[in-house]
Amino acid sequence: MARIERSEVERIADLARLELSADEAERITAELEAILAYVESLRELDTDAVEPTYHPIPLRTPLRDDGPSGALPPERVLANAPEREGFAFVVPKVLDEDEA
Amino acid sequence: MAFETALELGAALDAGRASAVELADAALARAEAARALGAFVHLQPERAREEARRADARRARGARRSRLDGVPVAIKDLLVQEGEPCGCASRILEGFVAPYQGTQAARLSAAGAVIVGRTNMDEFAMGSSTENSARGPTRNPWDPERVPGGSSGGSAVAVAAGIVPAALGSDTGGSIRQPASLCGVVGLKPTYGRVSRYGLVAFASSLDHVGPLARTAADCAVLLEAIAGHDPADSTSLPEPVPRYTDALSGDVSGLVIGLPRQFSDGAGADPEVLARVRDAVAELERAGAKTRPVELPHAPHAIATYYLIATAEASSNLARYDGVRYGRRAPAASLGEMYRRTRSEGFGPEVKRRILLGTYVLSAGYYDAYYRKAQKVRTLLRRDFEAALAGCDLIVSPTSPEVAFRIGEKTTDPLRMYLSDIYTVSANLTGLPAISVPCGFAHGLPVGFQLMSRALDEATLLRVADAYQRRSDWHERHPELPR
Amino acid sequence: MSAAAPAPGGYEVVIGLEVHVHLRTASKLFSPAPVRYGDEPNHDVHPVDLGLPGVLPVLNRKAVELAVRAALATHCSVHPRSIFARKNYFYPDLPKGYQISQYEEPLATGGWVEVEVEAGSARVGLTRIHIEEDAGKSIHDAAIAGHEGSHVDLNRAGVPLLEIVSEPDLRSPEQAGAYLRTLRQILRYAGVSDADLEKGQFRCDANVSLRRPGAAQLGTRTELKNLNSFRFVEEALRAEIKRQAAILDAGGAVQQATMHYDAARGATRVMRLKENADDYRYFPDPDLVPLELEPESIEAIRRELPELPEAKRMRFQGEYGLSPYTARILAESRELADFFEAVVRAIGADRAKTAANWIQRDVLQALGAGGREIGQTRLAPEALAALIRLVEAGRVTAGSARALLPELMERGGDPERLVGERGLEAVSDAGQLEHAADEVIAAHPDVAAQVRAGEPKGLHFLIGQVMKRTQGKADPKLVREILSRRLRGA
Repeated sequence: MARIERSEVERIADLARLELSADEAERITAELEAILAYVESLRELDTDAVEPTYHPIPLRTPLRDDGPSGALPPERVLANAPEREGFAFVVPKVLDEDEA
Repeated sequence: MAFETALELGAALDAGRASAVELADAALARAEAARALGAFVHLQPERAREEARRADARRARGARRSRLDGVPVAIKDLLVQEGEPCGCASRILEGFVAPYQGTQAARLSAAGAVIVGRTNMDEFAMGSSTENSARGPTRNPWDPERVPGGSSGGSAVAVAAGIVPAALGSDTGGSIRQPASLCGVVGLKPTYGRVSRYGLVAFASSLDHVGPLARTAADCAVLLEAIAGHDPADSTSLPEPVPRYTDALSGDVSGLVIGLPRQFSDGAGADPEVLARVRDAVAELERAGAKTRPVELPHAPHAIATYYLIATAEASSNLARYDGVRYGRRAPAASLGEMYRRTRSEGFGPEVKRRILLGTYVLSAGYYDAYYRKAQKVRTLLRRDFEAALAGCDLIVSPTSPEVAFRIGEKTTDPLRMYLSDIYTVSANLTGLPAISVPCGFAHGLPVGFQLMSRALDEATLLRVADAYQRRSDWHERHPELPR
Repeated sequence: MSAAAPAPGGYEVVIGLEVHVHLRTASKLFSPAPVRYGDEPNHDVHPVDLGLPGVLPVLNRKAVELAVRAALATHCSVHPRSIFARKNYFYPDLPKGYQISQYEEPLATGGWVEVEVEAGSARVGLTRIHIEEDAGKSIHDAAIAGHEGSHVDLNRAGVPLLEIVSEPDLRSPEQAGAYLRTLRQILRYAGVSDADLEKGQFRCDANVSLRRPGAAQLGTRTELKNLNSFRFVEEALRAEIKRQAAILDAGGAVQQATMHYDAARGATRVMRLKENADDYRYFPDPDLVPLELEPESIEAIRRELPELPEAKRMRFQGEYGLSPYTARILAESRELADFFEAVVRAIGADRAKTAANWIQRDVLQALGAGGREIGQTRLAPEALAALIRLVEAGRVTAGSARALLPELMERGGDPERLVGERGLEAVSDAGQLEHAADEVIAAHPDVAAQVRAGEPKGLHFLIGQVMKRTQGKADPKLVREILSRRLRGA
């Protein structure tokens, strides 16, 4: 049975920029453990010589010609902005270089 | 005109028995009357009437765009329409109005179809019951205490309740087919890349598909013709030309070989009544001239685990853009970090958070090989199973859902139980193969659907068999009593 | 890589450089929005760049071509199959919450660049080259009235970048500078990038560590970011080396960190400690299929590669007999090299050295004075050739010719005509010059006496005076000859 430490869940929540209350963290840890236990079954399968399938239907690389087009009018770019100043989006300050 | 098919409505328009404006008004009125079912999150009456007027004008001067010109339809609230809100049933997209047109809406418009509104769904398409919606649950018209399935529950109900003849949904693990089955309508998931994803809000990019729901396979065929085809804006879009699917509906299934996977007919926890209806449907097809043979899909039991690892991993990345910076909801905060955390924690529902966390875990350093990469390898094994099986038969049959519609609230406390609803459907997403769900009877008074899968780009065979079955059955003509 | 002068404390310095370069495309890597500089914020943004729900990336053909060119120009192995991967992290200028880059299967690996170093020339290895999209700009401006937030401008989001990672082969800040200059020149030559540092088209991060000479393992390294000029790169590296040496000398250990270089103080300081590697959760981007290149198309790009700086320098030495020093100057940019060769075509290969001297000395000086590059002027190679011919024919003095250069650059034109219009014809009439010489000698008898007495430096002054009287139109050599004669009394 896969065990996940609470601290691990907190690290993952941090990576995903999600805040979990103590209750939520506890519940999610249990749920994740159950799901991970379920997926453990995949380990039984021998996949050493198997290539991963990243794309279900194989395709050639589509390429786009370089001519510029399609920039949105700036008003539309900003139309849904929660906060703006002139033509820029405004966000609260970063506390230190790492914290974002 | 409730419960008529899109093709019937188109014919009525052609014959002048109705106008597009009348059809739009009627659809909007029915949507209002059926409000308690919660199928729609947004109606667009002005825009719909304007488009209907134009459709009528086109018909008057003999410039009909297609058989769908002037026919009212609905689309799931994760298909982007320029100038309309796109909410994905999530708080985090509250207030967001799309500044660009998605390809799906553009193609419907090019065919002349009139979009009357946007339908409810599980938040960001994550769910099998349409209970994970920030706008409240959608109710199954056959029993409003029960779920319609998900995540395209709203679209399934819009059709099942006769509000519109057809709707578009999305399918990442079964989200078109399973609600179609639970609501007694037809739902088609085409081959991966057959329909453009540009304008489809991404959940799991290598598993997401757009497809039609309607009462008949014939309607699905005409809708697929309208929306399928290469899109230069989607790098995963297939270049192959789109056949006239409606021409394939010959009614003839003689000589077709239908594979019966042992792994599916062994039960896999399915309701025996459901299995019985599916067996009846297969028997009907045999009577029509099809043959059956057993096939093996040895890795099918691993499909759900594989699916949930890949889907959640891709989702965790696709949903990182919802951060309150450029659009959607933003929580007030004193610092950027706080803004990110509050916005996302308040904006996403519990199922979405759960999947983001699982997906983040699956991709994170130290786990990537054991989980994500492993799952993508098992995906290859599953693909090989289906290729081998489909070398010896034309179609593979199974139930669509292991059960009929369950009660609202019945499964919400156990996510794993909810995930197991997808047991028959996820393989089609993992392999990209096309699949269709067709109503085949009732169990415990509720609709049952059977699923057919075929080779890549062979939607024509699926539609042909489904249509042939519908000529020999009348399940799709049954409809629920509409609420007062 | 050859050894450099030892660092403080006798440590061996190990430097690796990561360069991000803007590819010279008209539109972005995955969206058709234009690539422009200096526009108002958010004026060059497509829905794809904005990371709107439902958008998808489509790869720019030209970006791939330029990337392959860069890889070939640096002797890399171009991989026929490479994969785009998502690098997941949160920052306001990263609209999707991930950057589309390349990770496990990059476009190219294993190249090198030949760099001139103290002891000669050496090879700096390239670990890899890959394609990725740039992020937007996040401007932290506390001067925004009323709040201390940041402004986000997405004009740059999605611009195509090449990331070029060197092996840790560099052994001194000077070598690092030389590598950067060489790499930049190659990229400009190949038309891959304009690599304008001021526009942020060529950015460098440096990794540096110290170890005892002969040690097998690398020391702990720190990273220097946001170095936006070559001079700063060298200064910052020197400062960081000094800092690390001091720590090691005192028996301490260097901590892995990202450093900021404070130019005013000439010192580096820790910006962020890197205790754990960032978990970017790379995985192949499911919205993009693997990039597959036909061997034939790679070869076609190779065939179309222009002559690169190294080869051009060698050829200039061989074909025109130029010195390595002169060859280097003329081959500095493709434009200048092409200009030189066009002048040679107009003037004749036998006068290549003359042409070289003119360009190396006078043209470059005039360009520098006007703050321009050769491509930004109207001076035609044929015009320079004509000018040189006029000087050699004695029709105009070198000085007068030189003085015409700014005008020819500004307005173009035919030198012969200009000379006529300005009345710049050289004065070569011996009688006229003798007369001027006599006047000058008479006006400065003491200087004349000095020269007669054997002091040559006064002659220079007298020549200058004659030049003044003839408005610079006399040939200085002729003037010198005539003055000398007249001073001798001949």
